[in-house]
Amino acid sequence: MKNLKEKQKRGMIRDWILLGIILIIAVLLLSIFPDRKELVINTLWDYFIEMALILPAVMVILGLFAVFVSKETVIKYLGKASGIKGIFLAIILGALPTGPLYVAFPMAASLLKKGAKISNIIVFLSAWACIKIPQELVELQFLGIRFMLSRLTLTIIFIVIMGIFIEKVVEWSEDGKNIKSSGGV
Amino acid sequence: MNVTAIIINVIAIIGLLIAFAKDRGKATKPLKIAGKSFIRMLPMVFVILIIIGLLLGFVPASQISRFVGEQSGMIGILLVGVAGAILHIPALLSFPLAASLFEDGASVSAVAAFITTLTMIGTITLPLEIKELGKKMAILRNGISFVIAIVIALIMGAVL
Repeated sequence: MKNLKEKQKRGMIRDWILLGIILIIAVLLLSIFPDRKELVINTLWDYFIEMALILPAVMVILGLFAVFVSKETVIKYLGKASGIKGIFLAIILGALPTGPLYVAFPMAASLLKKGAKISNIIVFLSAWACIKIPQELVELQFLGIRFMLSRLTLTIIFIVIMGIFIEKVVEWSEDGKNIKSSGGV
Repeated sequence: MNVTAIIINVIAIIGLLIAFAKDRGKATKPLKIAGKSFIRMLPMVFVILIIIGLLLGFVPASQISRFVGEQSGMIGILLVGVAGAILHIPALLSFPLAASLFEDGASVSAVAAFITTLTMIGTITLPLEIKELGKKMAILRNGISFVIAIVIALIMGAVL
């Protein structure tokens, strides 16, 4: 946990340094090409307003889920589920905004140890990474409903296929190992 | 203020109200978490904003579309796909960035590839993923995700 905080702090410092560098580049560019100033500042302002309208609310939604949906709940439901219901739950639980991706890996590992299906875990991780509810909301805001819905649908279809495929590959390669080791004896 | 922004804010407010009704003591915690993650994200918000401003102000649409527009074809899509896989931009901020690329002449496929690889593939989190889930699963997941992202991008380009 301490390590994680340390990492976050370092990441934060890196972000501020990056901001400083970008800011210097922007100021330099704009002082060389003052005629672009208006366009750059207007664009910046438009996007700033769009972000300011939604980011605080998105953060509140993130916070709500982090507090009211615990890791234990997710593990409890996902550990038991199988079949179509399992895949469905993996998508829903993965899509809940309960934290960054690195939180999901240890959860996935402990679920696998408890005997959860590999396909469910892959779907869960992928859903966690790319179909989080707040992300979909921001995508809706910036890229529109057609773009967001078609990407969402395609993503769901393909991560389910990928989950089943990886499960087969892992099972197949482990079977191969078993045969080899038993043959050796 | 557009409809999406209103809906998102209404959801947040209703959520907070329910939280307060349910458990007054616990209800301030989400706000604290929200504030903390907001502050943590702030420098990147400004970095992305400045990049968007410079992009639309200095890089002409013809240049953008040459590399990631309709005429760049498969190479353009693969290019942004790789960029998305390597870059470490908070997912929430990838959407305004993608929107600005789109505004400046990028194709639907390129934008879709960028967002999908950016969110699905984590080169920075890969060591942790390998540690927790093993090499085989981690590399399979990230590798196949890249292929999937490109396929999704191509389909979206054809459909939209």
